[in-house]
Amino acid sequence: MPLVDARDLVIDFPIYGARSRSLKTTMLRAATGGRLAAEQGERIVVRALDRLNFQWREGDRVGLVGHNGSGKTTLLRAVAGIYEPASGAIEVRGRVASMLSITLGMDAEATGYENIFLRGTILGLRRNRILDLVDEVVEFSEIGDYVHMPIRTYSSGMIMRLMFAISTSVQADILLMDEWLSVGDDDFADKAQKRLLGLIGNAKLLVIASHNKDLIRKMCTRVLHLEHGKIVEQT
Amino acid sequence: MKLSSSLHLAVDDLATGLSSVQVWAALGWQDVKQRYRRSQLGPFWLTISTGIMVAIMGPLYGKLFAQDFSSYFSFLTIGFVLWQMISQTMIDSCTTFIQAESFIKQIKLPLSVHVLRVVWKNLIFFMHNLVVVIVVLVYLQIPVTANLLLFPLGVVAFALNAFLYGLIIAVICARFRDIPIIVTNVVQAAFFLTPILWQPGMLGRHAWSVNLNPIYHFLEVMRAPLLGVPADPTSWAAVAAITLTGSLLAVAILKRYRARVPYWV
Repeated sequence: MPLVDARDLVIDFPIYGARSRSLKTTMLRAATGGRLAAEQGERIVVRALDRLNFQWREGDRVGLVGHNGSGKTTLLRAVAGIYEPASGAIEVRGRVASMLSITLGMDAEATGYENIFLRGTILGLRRNRILDLVDEVVEFSEIGDYVHMPIRTYSSGMIMRLMFAISTSVQADILLMDEWLSVGDDDFADKAQKRLLGLIGNAKLLVIASHNKDLIRKMCTRVLHLEHGKIVEQT
Repeated sequence: MKLSSSLHLAVDDLATGLSSVQVWAALGWQDVKQRYRRSQLGPFWLTISTGIMVAIMGPLYGKLFAQDFSSYFSFLTIGFVLWQMISQTMIDSCTTFIQAESFIKQIKLPLSVHVLRVVWKNLIFFMHNLVVVIVVLVYLQIPVTANLLLFPLGVVAFALNAFLYGLIIAVICARFRDIPIIVTNVVQAAFFLTPILWQPGMLGRHAWSVNLNPIYHFLEVMRAPLLGVPADPTSWAAVAAITLTGSLLAVAILKRYRARVPYWV
């Protein structure tokens, strides 16, 4: 049984100018019975993903490749359930953890400790689970006593280490990543890499978008090549 | 099939949202803390400024309207504190999804979580302002009656409607960006149209007209119990009708536009 199953998946982005965003224009359109619609109300749509078909199963390590704007991030968001298809369907089974933005929900004025709870909560962890994780996260991120300081006093490296440590504490069936997460100096980067590999090892499915060909070759068992929202090659 | 599944997803969004207490409570609380970080008095600054406002407005408008000080002052204080919560929730609702853009685009959460975050934040601020109400009620020796027991019910009714209508406004404002400006203006006008500075009785034979103002009914079911009198049953009936309408509208709008919101923000 596939974990992710896309059938003719289409994602369209409506482009709203100042005009069509305005209530007046819409009301005018309704009042004039749609005659004006052809002139100014036309909705411009950008097709971000065009009839994609794929099936990813347990154990797959999928690499998404393609140029900027080819639809990689949009596809990750569609798998995460953020963008729902304009037509076609995408079925996702299992718990999804998206590593699309590891600093989401971060509050610079709050302490490291508070941020661990905030970030953990957003990721769907229960309070007790976070309490269990705190020590490990603090130790791993090497921030020491700074955990009681507002994170605006941290160096950017410290912030990234902390956020990385929390975000990688979540176990999931399906792991979504936009580029490989790499944080900190050489020593830390090694440690982080190990942790990330452990996380990936525990996940049933990894989907990673990347421009790094070596990484894709090394990490992935399957590759999906997108150009202009279409699949040009799939293995 | 298609129809029923979108309805199911809408109801699911509401149910999952309401049950994700941990998430919206944490985010709402964070918003409160964030606003007063690095200040000694914290959110009580808000309480102080509210206190100063009613201390100035009470005697002034009491004189202007030639009212009995004690009854007018308590009426105004409670009305004003409630109004701050009601108006701020309305204004905040407009930008709920716009402000939550980074969340909506990065992580799958029910849309209702973002709305509840806003409602929760405003309830916390209201709790702080309630200090002013208590001080005034104690100072003026307003008797505590059994009617006070209905006050929490009034607040719950307000919070529920803040959630339902907040959701509706948030969806509309995500799509049409000029609505927030309209709402801000409506809220300003509503302050004068709603019996806060003046009492319905002052309208004489036109007093019935306040019943046309939905905000008045919410004000009434929260204000009357604090004043120790029963709220007008008309107001309770109106609140019930508005809540029912809001529930249906919220489900309908969520059913139709829930999936579109991430594309709009």
